[in-house]
Amino acid sequence: MIETLKARNALMQRIRAFFHSEGFIEVETPIRFKTPCMELHIDAEPSGDHYLRTSPELYHKKMLARGAEKIFEVAKCFRQGERGDLHNPEYTMLEWYRTGGDYMTALADTQNLLSAVGRVFAGVIAWASGDWWVFTVAEVFEKHAGWNPVEDFDADRFDFDLIEKVEPALPKDCPVVLKDYPAELCALARLKPGNPKVAERWELYLNGIEIANAYSELTDPVEQRARFEKWGEQRRALGKEVYELDEEFFQALETMPEACGVALGLDRLLMILTGAKSLDAVLPFRD
Amino acid sequence: MYSASDLKKGLKIEIDGDPCVITDFQFSKPGKGQAIYRCKIRNLSTGNSFDKSFRSADKVEKAALESRDFTFSYEAGDDYVFSDNETFEEVHLNAEQLGDNKYFIVEDMQVEILFHNDKALDITLPNFVEKMITDTEPGARGDTTTNCNKPASIDNGYEIAVPIFINEGDVVRIDTRTGQYADRVSKG
Repeated sequence: MIETLKARNALMQRIRAFFHSEGFIEVETPIRFKTPCMELHIDAEPSGDHYLRTSPELYHKKMLARGAEKIFEVAKCFRQGERGDLHNPEYTMLEWYRTGGDYMTALADTQNLLSAVGRVFAGVIAWASGDWWVFTVAEVFEKHAGWNPVEDFDADRFDFDLIEKVEPALPKDCPVVLKDYPAELCALARLKPGNPKVAERWELYLNGIEIANAYSELTDPVEQRARFEKWGEQRRALGKEVYELDEEFFQALETMPEACGVALGLDRLLMILTGAKSLDAVLPFRD
Repeated sequence: MYSASDLKKGLKIEIDGDPCVITDFQFSKPGKGQAIYRCKIRNLSTGNSFDKSFRSADKVEKAALESRDFTFSYEAGDDYVFSDNETFEEVHLNAEQLGDNKYFIVEDMQVEILFHNDKALDITLPNFVEKMITDTEPGARGDTTTNCNKPASIDNGYEIAVPIFINEGDVVRIDTRTGQYADRVSKG
């Protein structure tokens, strides 16, 4: 266990040094609040009459609206019912945002970060200095699942084919980025200017494991509210809890500049960097 | 009924009327997507294995399995007849259902029989049974090494590897889980 603790310490040191050298400041945001982000399949853990955060995203955007330009947080997050080799109901997210730039700027940040981190763990990983593969979601689905979810979306089929057909076929020896998700999976990303069928969102895979999610951030409060309301309705239809909307967040979007951001699963990254097969190996106090 | 979130390795469930056990389990959830519970499953009736994935909203039937204690009574042709320790109700299992267990059943043996909807699925014998060796080459005098084996058989023809020092008439203990020799109980 002590080796894993030391590996996490080395990773955290490296991450903080990287962000500080790039001019980012480390921030802290609330862990308990009443208005968790409304997403169809992410369930918040209740905490009294509040909830534990599933992500620090909304508070980071409020900070950008108030003038912050480059911020990062090492954020414990909580998601109900998620437990497996690659999931734990409590986990550590590395989340960062910068104003200006889009999801491709966020990809460059991620490449620089992983290259800085990878040098420390070079014995375990092959990709520290290698090439990255970037595919569109449409092309990997056409190739490995035989259909195009951007042209003709089917949420249920998308999830199953992603897990059973696409992910197993992705290269394992280099970082792989899937980008331009169907507009239906836009979450808090903006739709691509000139091509509203796709959202400017990417996901990064290392060793075939999903590790980070990034957006060109949506800055339109009207559209963001409409999305949350739609997902709230869908949650209601599924018998899930419907969360109160965060009005302060919509107000922040009125003045938030163009920005991009990344959420990266730190426990999974540590797992990959140490060659572990399950989060069991990197979380010393797992239930 | 189980919810998908109750699924785990070792859980016994019922699919299309057959009792099954989950032999491997993986929780998956693509970013922003739904939870998918991916299982490897073995059908306890047929022994066949297959993959099956469940969604959050899926419900899974509990397997109606029940285990009861029985005593071996008698053989009737190809059948082995056991009587329920509480109700004295008789249950017939044939040689095929028993597999190698049939060689280890002795008079009055206490066994556990697993039922699915009153159909016998599996039998568990005591871990060890004592049997007399009825046929083997004579043992080398004084040779008590246990790492060198020779063939032998017991009264019902079951063949078993035993140490060199075992002779005809010796009673040995056999591990019913592996079908292998455990140790010598008494000399013949």
